[in-house]
Amino acid sequence: MPITQTHELHKRRFGRNLGVALSLVGFAVIVFGLTVAKIRQGSLMEAYDHQPRVSVTPPVEDNR
Amino acid sequence: MTDLTTNTSARTAEGDARFGDYIQLLKPRVMSLVVFTALVGLLVAPVSVDPMIGFTAILFIALGAGASGALNMWYDADIDRVMRRTAGRPVPAGKIGAGEALSLGLWLSAISVAMLGLATNWMAAGLLAFTIFFYAVIYTMWLKRATPQNIVIGGAAGAFPPVVGWVAATGSISLEALLMFGLIFMWTPPHFWALALFMKSDYHAARVPMLTVTHGRAETRRQILIYTLALVPVALGLALTPIAGPVYLAGALVLNALFLKGAWDIWRRDETIAEADGYRVEKRVFRFSLYYLFLHFGALLVDAGLRSWGIA
Repeated sequence: MPITQTHELHKRRFGRNLGVALSLVGFAVIVFGLTVAKIRQGSLMEAYDHQPRVSVTPPVEDNR
Repeated sequence: MTDLTTNTSARTAEGDARFGDYIQLLKPRVMSLVVFTALVGLLVAPVSVDPMIGFTAILFIALGAGASGALNMWYDADIDRVMRRTAGRPVPAGKIGAGEALSLGLWLSAISVAMLGLATNWMAAGLLAFTIFFYAVIYTMWLKRATPQNIVIGGAAGAFPPVVGWVAATGSISLEALLMFGLIFMWTPPHFWALALFMKSDYHAARVPMLTVTHGRAETRRQILIYTLALVPVALGLALTPIAGPVYLAGALVLNALFLKGAWDIWRRDETIAEADGYRVEKRVFRFSLYYLFLHFGALLVDAGLRSWGIA
């Protein structure tokens, strides 16, 4: 019997792996679509840009 | 012994589940009701929701419901094995291990709650988390095996989805959302007990205290009428809120009159008459109860559509 023969077990495993793969791709598409929707809505966003963020830095007191 | 022989003896072909078995673990039929009622809750809310955000919200509410289904199947595997209706489920059938069902249920719970929170708001996410907890812990682990009122209190788990949909859209709970909750909550007992009357179930073999077994069939008939009487004002009360319109009002009047007539007919009958005609009335009322809920929520959706087109 050739070792390459496909058993019913392999078909089941392939189906399961395909299902998991499609689920993960679907999840990635949803996260991407959700991100686009949120950006279009103009939700408040603040990305890290190597600069101190004004919203989190303490206010500077003027001692003059 | 080679590695190959070790691997084949470690796991048999019968133990390998198909992808569809994992889907079965999520109770897809229950999920379809959750999707519909949550969608109505989201669409009838007086705010517009971005289609992508709305789709994501419904998807993860449904996934949360599926997660609670998987947790239910993990915990109930022992009684599912005893009952004919549930013996073919993936865990009692040996296709999926109980630990695997638990793991899937917990992970999907976490993912669905987190994603709903990110997509909409954290109040909706918290409500979804509570719904999963209520179904998996309060209903499955505690009430189901402890009291014949299991269906009554457990019905709350099925009543939460339209509220979660509403909160996902608006960010708050209001009277309309509570009445949608009340509609499903009060509808569940007469719906389920009508089924219990004609299904010669084997709950007693699994030691699950169903009302038909603990209090008898005559008392179950009486309880169906009582809960239907309590359901009618909730259904008609929803007609007085801004989310309902002429379609809902007309539909609710007809549907509640028919449901009340059905509950009355069930109460007037006894087991001798019911067995003689093969539980004709009980089966008719059970089928009607499915349409009852679907049509109430469908009418809310139609009225919302009419409002958005400026017709009503």
